[in-house]
Amino acid sequence: MSFKKIGKDQPENFEFNAENIDIAKKTISNYPKDKQQSAVMTLLYLAQRQNENWIPLSAMKYIAKFLNMPYIKVYEVATFYSMYNLAPVGKFFYQICTTTPCMLRGANDLVSVCKSKISKKENNISSHSNSSWTEVECLGACVNGPMIQINDEYYEDLDKEKLEKIIDQSTKGEKPRPGSYRGRINSEPENKRTTLMEVKNA
Amino acid sequence: MLEDKDRIFKNLYNDMGVDVLSSKNRGDWAETKEIFSKGKDWIINEIKSSELRGRGGAGFPTGLKWSFAPKEVGSRPHYLVINADESEPGTCKDRDILRFEPHKLIEGCLIASYAVNAHKCYIYVRGEYFSEGLKLQKAIDEAYEKNLIGHNASGTGWDLDIYIHYGAGAYICGEETALLESIEGKKGLPRLKPPFPALVGLYGCPTIVNNVETIAVVPTILRKGAKWFSSIGKPKNTGTKIFCISGNVNKPCNVEEEMGIPLKDLIEKHAGGVIGGWENLKAVIPGGSSMPMLPKEICEKISMDFDSLIANKSGLGTAGVVVINKDQDIIKCMARIARFYKHESCGQCTPCREGSGWMWRMLERMTKGEASREEVDMLYDVTKQIEGHTICAFGEGSAWPVQGLLRHFKKEVIKRNNFNPLVNKNKNIPYLVDQHLLEKENA
Repeated sequence: MSFKKIGKDQPENFEFNAENIDIAKKTISNYPKDKQQSAVMTLLYLAQRQNENWIPLSAMKYIAKFLNMPYIKVYEVATFYSMYNLAPVGKFFYQICTTTPCMLRGANDLVSVCKSKISKKENNISSHSNSSWTEVECLGACVNGPMIQINDEYYEDLDKEKLEKIIDQSTKGEKPRPGSYRGRINSEPENKRTTLMEVKNA
Repeated sequence: MLEDKDRIFKNLYNDMGVDVLSSKNRGDWAETKEIFSKGKDWIINEIKSSELRGRGGAGFPTGLKWSFAPKEVGSRPHYLVINADESEPGTCKDRDILRFEPHKLIEGCLIASYAVNAHKCYIYVRGEYFSEGLKLQKAIDEAYEKNLIGHNASGTGWDLDIYIHYGAGAYICGEETALLESIEGKKGLPRLKPPFPALVGLYGCPTIVNNVETIAVVPTILRKGAKWFSSIGKPKNTGTKIFCISGNVNKPCNVEEEMGIPLKDLIEKHAGGVIGGWENLKAVIPGGSSMPMLPKEICEKISMDFDSLIANKSGLGTAGVVVINKDQDIIKCMARIARFYKHESCGQCTPCREGSGWMWRMLERMTKGEASREEVDMLYDVTKQIEGHTICAFGEGSAWPVQGLLRHFKKEVIKRNNFNPLVNKNKNIPYLVDQHLLEKENA
């Protein structure tokens, strides 16, 4: 089981903006009548996006009222799933996959890059680049390992130098290009393909 | 080796575009109406005789699963749920289907929902696959626009609505009942079975849960015929499968191959061989991290299908092949997998919650050579205490890989952890509580 820290400085109030209220209502309509609780995961996610990538307790209370369900049930969900950040994270949130397939290809090197370039400790927001990093479990891009996720995007086939470059780029405010960094297309074998030859460059 | 014309996922590497037109060009959405006109029983029987087995790990026959859904819709509606919560370390096949072959999945959803009498389908996509989810949503919107799904979908008279439900980073939600709990807006704690979801599932209604790959191959099977599908591969292990080859190989990749392909061919031909040559191979995890690893001697001859791997005390699982060569510390690799399971245990059953942490801590010490000889057997004992004593299969999933390590590499573990217990030999090991007693003469 994972352990979650709740942020110390909590804002007093939280409310969805107009756009998110629309999305929330639409999400609720995806589920059968009286089953609006199903939308709690999406609503928490919306709250996280609206509030600089983390969920304050007031947002959980707001969502509980919004969905007409007990606050503790929202809290349970928010603490159970690992993608909900309950304390502030950096504007650039680096999630490094270090599970075995990535580890075999050198994910621990990426961790040491993050330690030297971002912050010494996991989940500490660096003062100079407004970013933080954390180790996560398998992100499901194993044949493209080692890889990291920055906010929504996957950056694949990395090594020390490439990650350093990516961190420099995002610190400067540029958006690095997501995808593979060894020049291959998606998850095909590098250089020479063995299957689906005819359709290549079709 | 499988020929290109027999491959189902022609757009696995995205050469041809994802939109509905290019999907139609490679054969999707053709003859959907004709398939419907043959009736539910024909569809289920065709899938049964194709011997398609679920691609999510357990390998349960898909046609049989569909036939468990009640024939008539009673007071409760039926649901179809697609499991796209792919989080097994070593597996990344569903991701490529979601982003590059979404129309195969959507068409499969339509056919499957007809076969099991469902008008609503939920696709549970893991939260990390945010951009993949967007691509899938785009394809769903496109399908609605072209009236391929929705009211009177594809002119078949069947209504189907498809919704995406995002997960939020919990491996356990790949277990079908935990997934249903998660869709209901609760913590992902697996339910006791029986009752099985086919009778009491989502919101207490009959629900069929299938993996992405299983559903995505259905339309092609029905178009090309069950005979074609069952002629590929081996008896009882038919058809094609996407293999994900990762770890210490020269060219890690996803590739669609026939079931029962020799593991050595898979690694040498498609993945460019083991780094340092075949002789440098140490072990292979054949089906995602939950399946016990196999040493080189077995890898020489083994073929990749459900039954041959079970005969060698492993399993095909999700077909995520993780190759480990001799440059790696095998105990460290296993300790990392144990850490994964410790992190992902939902905490519902005590043997799993506590045991997964124990296994991790013991393996971490064994990596450093800090465990005594007897503890190696104790570790095996812990795995036996977890296995079979939990609600869901997570217990087995966490215990089996450790058993696999001990089955094949016990000598190596003992060689590194080969001192007598503390009583005989004074070694400074801080985790032992009664260490202070060693200093006292009459303790």
